[in-house]
Amino acid sequence: MRNKVTNILVCGVGGQGILLFTDILGEVAMNAGFDIKKSEVHGMAQRGGSVVSQLRFGPVVYSPLIPETEAHFIVALEKLEALRYIHYLSPKGKALVDPLEIYPMSVLTGEREYPKDIIERLKRRTRYLYLVEAFKTAQDLGEARAQNIVMLGVLSRFLGFPDELYEEAIKKYVRPKYHEINLKAFRVGKEELKIS
Amino acid sequence: MSKALLSGDEAIARGAWEAGVKVAAAYPGTPSTQILENLVKYPDVYSEWSTNEKVALEVALGAALSGVRSLCAMKHVGLNVAADALFSSAYIGVRAGMVIVSADDPGLHSSQNEQDNRFYGLSAKVPVLCPADSEEAKEYTKLAFEISEEFDIPVILRITTRIAHSKTIVNLGDRRDIRKGTYIKDITKTNLLPQFAKGRHYSLEERLRRLKEYSNTTPINKIIPGKKSLGIIADGVAYQYAREVFPNASFLKLGMVYPFPEQLVREFAQNKNKIYVIEETDPFLELLARSCGIKVIGKTALPLVDELNPRIVRNAFRRRKINFEPEKDLPPRPPALCPGCPHSGLFYLLQRKDLVISGDIGCYTLGTYPPHNAMDSCVCMGASITLAHGIDKALKGEKKVVSVIGDSTFFHMGVTGLINAVYNKSKQILIILDNRTTGMTGHQEHPGTGRTLMGEETTAIRPEDIARACGIKEIYVIDPYEIKENRALFSELLKKDELVVLVSRRACALLGGRKPPLQIILDKCTGCKMCLRIGCPAITFSEGHAVINTSLCVGCEMCLKLCPSEAIVKTES
Repeated sequence: MRNKVTNILVCGVGGQGILLFTDILGEVAMNAGFDIKKSEVHGMAQRGGSVVSQLRFGPVVYSPLIPETEAHFIVALEKLEALRYIHYLSPKGKALVDPLEIYPMSVLTGEREYPKDIIERLKRRTRYLYLVEAFKTAQDLGEARAQNIVMLGVLSRFLGFPDELYEEAIKKYVRPKYHEINLKAFRVGKEELKIS
Repeated sequence: MSKALLSGDEAIARGAWEAGVKVAAAYPGTPSTQILENLVKYPDVYSEWSTNEKVALEVALGAALSGVRSLCAMKHVGLNVAADALFSSAYIGVRAGMVIVSADDPGLHSSQNEQDNRFYGLSAKVPVLCPADSEEAKEYTKLAFEISEEFDIPVILRITTRIAHSKTIVNLGDRRDIRKGTYIKDITKTNLLPQFAKGRHYSLEERLRRLKEYSNTTPINKIIPGKKSLGIIADGVAYQYAREVFPNASFLKLGMVYPFPEQLVREFAQNKNKIYVIEETDPFLELLARSCGIKVIGKTALPLVDELNPRIVRNAFRRRKINFEPEKDLPPRPPALCPGCPHSGLFYLLQRKDLVISGDIGCYTLGTYPPHNAMDSCVCMGASITLAHGIDKALKGEKKVVSVIGDSTFFHMGVTGLINAVYNKSKQILIILDNRTTGMTGHQEHPGTGRTLMGEETTAIRPEDIARACGIKEIYVIDPYEIKENRALFSELLKKDELVVLVSRRACALLGGRKPPLQIILDKCTGCKMCLRIGCPAITFSEGHAVINTSLCVGCEMCLKLCPSEAIVKTES
C-alpha cells in the first residue's frame, strides 16, 4: 500500500448501476480531499455483459487500473462476477458480495451450468467474505434498482467518509424523483442491513 | 476555481468550449462518442453528428478556414475513413485552430483492431498530443488550438480508451478566444491543384521544422528527475502505469509525441545507465528514439498486443512480479442482444446453412454468436454490401449471398456500396436493419431519425427511398417482430435472381415500447426449444421446459409467435 492508495473494484452485470456506484463514490472521495482515478469501459460491454469499474483514491493516484492482488475491496452485485474478479483481491482485502444469481446466455440455453459452489470458492480465496443481500433489500424497499445504493451504504461502513458527502453525491447523480428512495436505500445499507 | 470529476471525453469537450470552439463534428464511435455528446450541452457551439468521419473532418476544416476554432472527433478506425482529408488538411493548414481527436482502443474493448494512430502524425505530417489523464486532456485540447494557429496546421489529440473513459479531477476554467468567422479567398492555400500543392508541401516541411524545435521546448515534454540508473520515456496512460511501477526512476514524459523532441530525448539519455520506453501497442516512441541512435528497451519486454496495465509493466521489467490465478472454467458473460431486440427477429430468418452472410459494424454484430449464428464476416464500416458483392461475383450464384447493415452504418458508408451493387448488377439480398438510432454507441441521432444532435427537427431520409432512387425494383419493408410472415417472404426473396433490398424496421427495444411480460404455461410447454431460437436473454431453459424472466421480458411476443404448443401467453398488466 505504497502512497496509501485505496483500491476498490466494483463488478456485476450490465444494467445493475455499477458505473453510477463508482461515480457517486468518486465524487465523495474527491470532496473528502483525495486524488481520484476511476476506470471502466463503455460501448459493446454494456449489452448485458460483465461490467467492472475500478476506483482508486489517495494523496496521489497514477494508474487508473488496479493491479491484480491489490484491491482492498471487491464489491460484487452478482455472485458469479465476484468469482470472475476475485484474483484482484489483496491478501487482506474484503469482498462484499450480493448472493444474487443472474444467468449468462450460455447458462440460459442450457449449454453451461451456473456454478453451484461459488460461495465455497470465494471462501477459499478470502477470509473476509461478506454476503450482502442488497438486491433483496432493495426489492423489499420497493425499488430493486436501488440495489447498488444499498451496497454503497454497506461499503460506506468500511470507508469512514461522512454521511453528508454520500447524500450530496447521491443527490447530484440521481434524478430528483428518485432521491428519497436512494437516500433511504443508502441508510438501510449503512445502518440496518445485517451482513454475514 | 472549481473542480469536477470528469472522463477524458468530458474533459476534451470542456477544454474545447473553454478554448472558444464554435464548430464541432463527429461520427459516434467508442470510445470517442461522449466528446460531442458533452460539447452539445455547452452554449454557443454548433455541434453535429456527421454522416461519417471524413465528412466530420472536412466540416471542421471548412470552419477552421473560415476563421473559427473547430474540432472533430472519431474513434481510431474513423481516422482511416477521414485519412484522405487529413493528409490534404496538413498541406492546406488553417486560419483558426483545428483539433482532430483520435480515440484509439488498445485492448479492442469495442473495436475491430488495435491500430496506433500516433503513426498518422508521422505519415500525414501533423503534430500529435497524448494526454495522460482528464486534466491533461482538457489542457492539451486548449494548447492544441494554440499550436494549430501558431503553426498553421491541424493538430491530432490522441487519446486511448483508458483516457477517454477514466474519470479524474479537472480544474474548470472560463471560455475565451472567441472569434467571428471571416472568409479570405486565397487559392494558393486552399486549392490543392498540383501547382499550388507543391508550394504547400514546401510550406508544410518548413512548418514541421519549426514544430520540431517547439517539441524540444514545450512544457508538455518534460523531464521528471529521479535515479540516474534508470530513465523511462513514456506517454499517455502508459506513463501512469510506469510512474506507479517505478516511483524512483527518472522520467521523460512526452505530451507531444510528434514531431519527436530529438534534442530533448538525447539530453535525457545522456547520463542514464539504462532507458526503457513504456508505451501501448506499437513501438512508436521506441522507433523514433532508436532513429536518434539511442539504445532503449521497449517492445522486447512489453507486448505488442492488448492494452497495458500496472501488472504487465511490472512483470515485464521488475524482479518482484505480481502472481495471480483467476478462477477457471467460469461460464463467460459476453454482451448479448437485448430482450425484444428487433435484430433477433430478423436473424431468425437467417438461421440456415445455405447462406453466405456478410455483416457489418453495430449492435447487430452480436448476431454472430449462437443461437443466431447470423454473421460470417465483419470487416469495417460499410463493408457488408461490397464484400457481399465480391463474394457473389466469385461464387457466380453457387450460394445465395446476404449482406446485413444497420441504419446508421448504411448512411455512414453503405450508400456508395449500394450504388456499386446496382451499377455492377449484384444479386445479393441487402438487408438494412433500421432500428431508428445508432444503437451500440448509446442511441445517437443519424440522417434517418429526423433529428439533429442539437435537437432540431430535420428531413428524415429513408433507406428505401435511396434504393428506389437508384433504380432498384425489389424493395421490401418489414416489421421484424412479424416473424412468421417474414419467414415466408424471405423464402420467396431467396429465389430472386437480382438485387433485393429488405428494410427491417422497428425502433430499438431500449427506446421504449415495453409491454407487460409474457409467461409460460408449464403444462403446455413440450420443451421443444423453438422459443430459444430468438436468443432472448429473458428466456431460460431448465428442467425440461422454458421459463420467462418477467423482470427482463418486454412483451415483444416473438417467442409467442414461434411456440408450436401455444404455451406462451400474455399476462394481465
